[in-house]
Amino acid sequence: MTRQDPGSEQDLVRKRQRDRARLMALLLGAFVVLMFAITIAKMSINR
Amino acid sequence: MTSISVPDHPPLTASSSDLFALTKPRVMSLVVFTGLCGLLAAPVAVNPVLGFAAVLCIALGAGAAGALNQWYEADLDLAMKRTANRPLPAGRMSRQTALHFGVGLSVFSVVLMDVAANHLAAAILALSILFYVLVYTVWLKRRTAQNIVIGGAAGAFPPVIGWAAATGDLSTMPLLLFAIIFLWTPPHFWALSLFVKSDYANAGIPMLPVVAGVTTTRRHILLYTLPMIAAALAPWAMGLAGWLYGFASIALNAMFLLLALAVLANRAIEPAAMKPEKRLFAFSILYLFMLFGALVADRWLVA
Repeated sequence: MTRQDPGSEQDLVRKRQRDRARLMALLLGAFVVLMFAITIAKMSINR
Repeated sequence: MTSISVPDHPPLTASSSDLFALTKPRVMSLVVFTGLCGLLAAPVAVNPVLGFAAVLCIALGAGAAGALNQWYEADLDLAMKRTANRPLPAGRMSRQTALHFGVGLSVFSVVLMDVAANHLAAAILALSILFYVLVYTVWLKRRTAQNIVIGGAAGAFPPVIGWAAATGDLSTMPLLLFAIIFLWTPPHFWALSLFVKSDYANAGIPMLPVVAGVTTTRRHILLYTLPMIAAALAPWAMGLAGWLYGFASIALNAMFLLLALAVLANRAIEPAAMKPEKRLFAFSILYLFMLFGALVADRWLVA
């Protein structure tokens, strides 16, 4: 991997951090929805 | 073992696409499919949400095992053309990130499986991840030419997990599904290793063609194809699957046998002349998809 100048490398790090933060937010949202759906499904089975 | 060392200067935050690549998405597709088929072939109705969650857990578990495999094998991956551009050997991600990602995903998949399905499915999922990482990757792969034979069990777990998630127990059928993939793995990987033999030799991996030569490997392909055919026909012969599966199984296994015989008859040493091996490798993937697809179709359309 070739080294870039510190400024652009910093920008790249920030961009990747932003992308991953966005993705993590989406995944956490999906996880909450999934847990809710699993709970409802289990309740309907046990009813 | 190879002496090539992995670049240890990945300072950047790993990108999402590299984290995704760490899960070996192409391998995962076959794992997810066979897991889904195990779940759908089970003789019980599965709640769609719980079924989806179980298959998701199988996918996440497979991804986690793939990530841990790449964490451990970064030096081998660097030595092989086929794998040199993966995130770790290419220096796009630190090994610590890969380790944390793999362990985190493993724990998450097993816990979620326990919540969504049952203890048995979660336990087999945990076992399959540990088997792939510890038994195959760490113990066998660099040490013995039988790495694929025993390590093949790791890839054979998904339909068993799917079945266990649906039913909460195990019976003859999931064990047969396990046996099919277990016996399918050696011919599949040995066909590949014949035409990428130099890659494995360069990396110091003792695959059968490297250790015992191409002729022995071709004989072993046929040797494992025969019990694989027996295992694949068994569900139909034992009355556990219907005529649709039986018909598909006979046709697919006849084709597999013909291709294995063509490999045995081939005398080529150079990869460029190994068309029968390439054909068998390509067909073996199709074989597994179609065989398991036929099992599900038989359960839902015929039964």
